[in-house]
Amino acid sequence: MRLRTAIAAGRWPLLGLLLVVAVAAALAVGRYPLPVRDIARFALAGLHLIELPAEQWDLLYNVIVQIRLPRVLTAVLVGAALATSGTAYQAVFRNPLVSPELMGVLAGSAFGAALGILVSHHWAVTQALAFAMGVVAVAFGVSVARLAGGASVVMLVLGGVISGTLFTALLAVVSFVADPYQKLPAIEYWLMGNLSLTDLRTIGWTALPMGAGVLVLASLGPALDALAMGDDEARSLGVPVTAVRYGVIAIATLISALTVSLAGVVGWVGLIVPHVARLMVGPGNRRLLPASALIGALFLLLTDSISRSWYNVEIPIGILTALLGVPAFLIVLHRARKAWL
Amino acid sequence: MSTLHGSADAAGELLAREVHFAFARRPVLCGVTFRVGPGEVVSLLGANGSGKTTLLRLLLGLLQPASGEVTLNGKPLRRYPRRELAQRLAYVPQTHTTPFPYTVRDVVLLGRLPCTGLTHSPSRHDCAVVVDILARLGIGALAERRYSEISGGERQLTLIARALAQGARTLVLDEPVTGLDYGNQLRFLEHLRALAGAGYAIVKATHHPEHALMASTRVLLLHGGRIIDDGPPQQVVTPEAIARLYRVRVRAFSAPEARATAFYPADDTRLD
Repeated sequence: MRLRTAIAAGRWPLLGLLLVVAVAAALAVGRYPLPVRDIARFALAGLHLIELPAEQWDLLYNVIVQIRLPRVLTAVLVGAALATSGTAYQAVFRNPLVSPELMGVLAGSAFGAALGILVSHHWAVTQALAFAMGVVAVAFGVSVARLAGGASVVMLVLGGVISGTLFTALLAVVSFVADPYQKLPAIEYWLMGNLSLTDLRTIGWTALPMGAGVLVLASLGPALDALAMGDDEARSLGVPVTAVRYGVIAIATLISALTVSLAGVVGWVGLIVPHVARLMVGPGNRRLLPASALIGALFLLLTDSISRSWYNVEIPIGILTALLGVPAFLIVLHRARKAWL
Repeated sequence: MSTLHGSADAAGELLAREVHFAFARRPVLCGVTFRVGPGEVVSLLGANGSGKTTLLRLLLGLLQPASGEVTLNGKPLRRYPRRELAQRLAYVPQTHTTPFPYTVRDVVLLGRLPCTGLTHSPSRHDCAVVVDILARLGIGALAERRYSEISGGERQLTLIARALAQGARTLVLDEPVTGLDYGNQLRFLEHLRALAGAGYAIVKATHHPEHALMASTRVLLLHGGRIIDDGPPQQVVTPEAIARLYRVRVRAFSAPEARATAFYPADDTRLD
């Protein structure tokens, strides 16, 4: 019993270290490959520990800070946020097949982004509408559930399905009326996910709420374990079930909607990563949530590195997460199946 | 009644007083009054739809009575902070499975939640408490097994262990032996008797009149939302009571010197 705990605990530093290595590697790969040594020298020069020739500094600054760092940070943020939301959702809904899409957040955000592209030329409008509509979609789903009878799992799932259907239909309306030569390709492109749409300033102000959201979800670990036992049991263990459930839905919705603002629709991360993390550190949410955040960040970094270096043209990230996600999910399904039955 | 803890506060007396409850204006419970004290195992017998489950949920504070009140140690349940109540009153549900591969130890550690708080990791002390309780119930060897892969009897003991880990002195059990094989049923009832002997107060709903006879200090008959009898098992659980509750005719075979009774269906179980 100590052994398993020790192994699970030992994976912490390992995952953290892996993430640092992955960030360095992701900064190195791309159309203009950089040796890791150059990245290390750039970092040291940035700390004024060594001197670099001015033209080399400028080149490295351009490639690393202006081009690659925003998308690497975006990958880390989006991966961590989607994976943590997915894990928290699975606990709150007591269902390992649930992902942040369940309450309609991605459908709403996709509609919001498409609407933004349709009515405006500014990315800021698109990003703001993506975030706002994600929140509106989930609020709508929860309201439907409340009208139908409360905060039970079944009612919430039903509300989410209705909300998802509504906003998917609205998205279809927007796509239908959009100019097929200018606007429609932009909408389609957004729906495939893209990590290169942001700049450091946008990342700066979204990192704070996303980081805070991930931390709050992670701190709720023990309460989520109790919720996984059932509502009556969790209540009799002293957990304010309704407050925790709505709180988790609210936080997961906010950070998932922000991921769409940053990177468009990136599917599958929120469904697969929790399972991979569960295989590594067990089902206890106290460990599982932080592990999910780290593995989510790693997964998206890896996928993005492949998308940038595999082929001449960059492959949209949402396509790759789905293509890599299916075999990953089959492997996980094979190993985890016993526990679900 | 003897208690392990001397103070009145730790006594664990659960009292329902004139409890009324209705779902959508359809009355479910009408003026239910009874008491469970330390050292008692009170069995609640009633047919499907008699209000047993509703009564258990009221006793746990999961539902609020329309009128009347449920008190623990003289204080109404709704006046307890949630976590404080959880350290005194525990719910043992029917065996179930979890959708995630929790170990037996994980499940029992959840019982420490009311003590440690919603966001805190269990301490070394919490882990030691869990190890001790698992050993007391004879399931120490199962600690690292997956909860969803052990037998029904072992799962039920795990849920009892979780209730004990809460530190609660009053346990509410919902049809605890459902789904257990014959041997596990008897062994489980023996555990309940031992817990009552150690000063715990226990209420359980049951579908088995014979179990109510075997492992209770008192039996309540719930019929149409009212308690129609409350007393020692041998007096309360009779063929007449069974006929009234379940509308079947049975015969009783008693061996008074062994203090044992068995029921057997009559040749024609129909009642006119």
